[in-house]
Amino acid sequence: MGNDASNGVSEGDLEQNDGQQFGRLPATAAERTVEGRASREAVVDYFADRFGIAPETFDDHTFWEKGAGKIWVYGGSAPSPVEIEALGMTCLRTRQEHWKPTTDFVQRFGREADECVIELEPDEARAFAAGEDRDLERWDGDWGYLIAAHDVAGELEPIGVGLYVHGELRSMVPKGRQREL
Amino acid sequence: MEPLERYRPIVDDFEAFLAACERPLGNAVRVNAIKATVDRATAALEAEGVGYERADWNPRVLRLETDSPGSTWSSFHGFTHGQEEVSAVPATVLEPEPGERVWDSCAAPGGKATQLAALMDDRGTVVANDSNLGRISALRFNAERLGATSLAVTNDDARNYSLERFDFEEFDRSLVDAPCSCEGTIRKNPDALDGWSEGYLDEVSGIQKGILGRAVQATREGGTVVYSTCTFAPEENEAVVQHVLEAEDCRVVDFDLDLEHSPGLTEWDGDEYDSSLERAARIYPHQNDTGGFFVAKLEVTA
Ligand SMILES: C[S@@+](CC[C@H](N)C(=O)[O-])C[C@H]1O[C@@H](n2cnc3c(N)ncnc32)[C@H](O)[C@@H]1O
Repeated sequence: MGNDASNGVSEGDLEQNDGQQFGRLPATAAERTVEGRASREAVVDYFADRFGIAPETFDDHTFWEKGAGKIWVYGGSAPSPVEIEALGMTCLRTRQEHWKPTTDFVQRFGREADECVIELEPDEARAFAAGEDRDLERWDGDWGYLIAAHDVAGELEPIGVGLYVHGELRSMVPKGRQREL
Repeated sequence: MEPLERYRPIVDDFEAFLAACERPLGNAVRVNAIKATVDRATAALEAEGVGYERADWNPRVLRLETDSPGSTWSSFHGFTHGQEEVSAVPATVLEPEPGERVWDSCAAPGGKATQLAALMDDRGTVVANDSNLGRISALRFNAERLGATSLAVTNDDARNYSLERFDFEEFDRSLVDAPCSCEGTIRKNPDALDGWSEGYLDEVSGIQKGILGRAVQATREGGTVVYSTCTFAPEENEAVVQHVLEAEDCRVVDFDLDLEHSPGLTEWDGDEYDSSLERAARIYPHQNDTGGFFVAKLEVTA
């Protein structure tokens, strides 16, 4: 990060993303050194704006990019860039029009969310965990990626990410994570 | 069971030991404190009608009364993780603290690495390494399902592990949960002893010595190293620790363990080991109705 993070760096002067290594996200877009890379600020703002997850939730975490647009949330220490198999967990897909959180991120941090959370009935929750799509006319909130949650022993518990469009909730639970419960 | 005959002289109540080895093992899970308290996890199990019993020695270990512990909501949410009861011992003996740097040298598929992260409140750095790339994907899957954000995963041979890629030079603690002949898993895998040979013991003990030696070197002075296997063979247990005591700066230290166990051996097959090896623990299947395990705790002295 930079002494020479002078203002007025144009996109053309930026490095290309190297998909083989983990690079830490810059604090803000102005400090960016890699073309197209999201900033920490933008990621934290996204979780706050879309889901109401307080920015302080991530005070002890850093965010990293590996591959194109795959963002990881990590609580340990590491230099940037670093070539390694994994740093913490994948949390978000950027470099696409609609950013998309991961199922595992939503299960880990989604309890902090109070917006764009859709509560499912027991049979809907089971279908969702099995990867099935369902018509859900009752939702009158935003379209796009939502946190699907259900009641577990009296508390709401996030199950995963759903894509809500045209009255339908599509389960985004990855194949390997789907279960018949 | 025949390879186990060689342990007749060292196991108290050998017939009970053999009988236990022939009994299949139930399903145990560890509560993953990163995602749920013990109360929350047990409430979730109760809500879906899954019976359980708590282990006396560790409030986070539950014995489940179900044949499919993987298809419960509690597992789907990562509140619980299937892990054999004794396999939860080494991480508790290592006693990592939040914020520390901890190395799990042989970490896949990640039961103990994620347990270390949970014991640290998911704060600090757990470097989870394994030389087998295929098993790394299982490790990553488990880490994400259990929500461990403090894990950094590497794919190297632990015997000549380099910390070069990190921004620190040594670990506070290391766990060596070594590859081994797995005799103690006989209750889970009835064919565990099929490929048994003395030649294999020779081969694998060489690898174990290499990994444990490197773990002692990579850990700071005053730091802790725990060595564990799921096997009974002294060649893979006391003999490995003895080798590293001679070659590196470390000593064997005591630890508390609220499970019935036997002390480590000080002689086997004509070889003598340092008297401090009595501080190690041998856990036999008949003692607590579990699998078998060996655990030794070392302090790094320079
Ligand atoms: C007993 S298993 C580890 C189980 C793991 N600690 C857990 O709790 O899930 C031993 C592991 O050591 C790995 N291994 C074998 N030789 C190794 C070496 N030289 N360096 C690093 N890992 C090695 C194997 O691939 C295997 O995954």
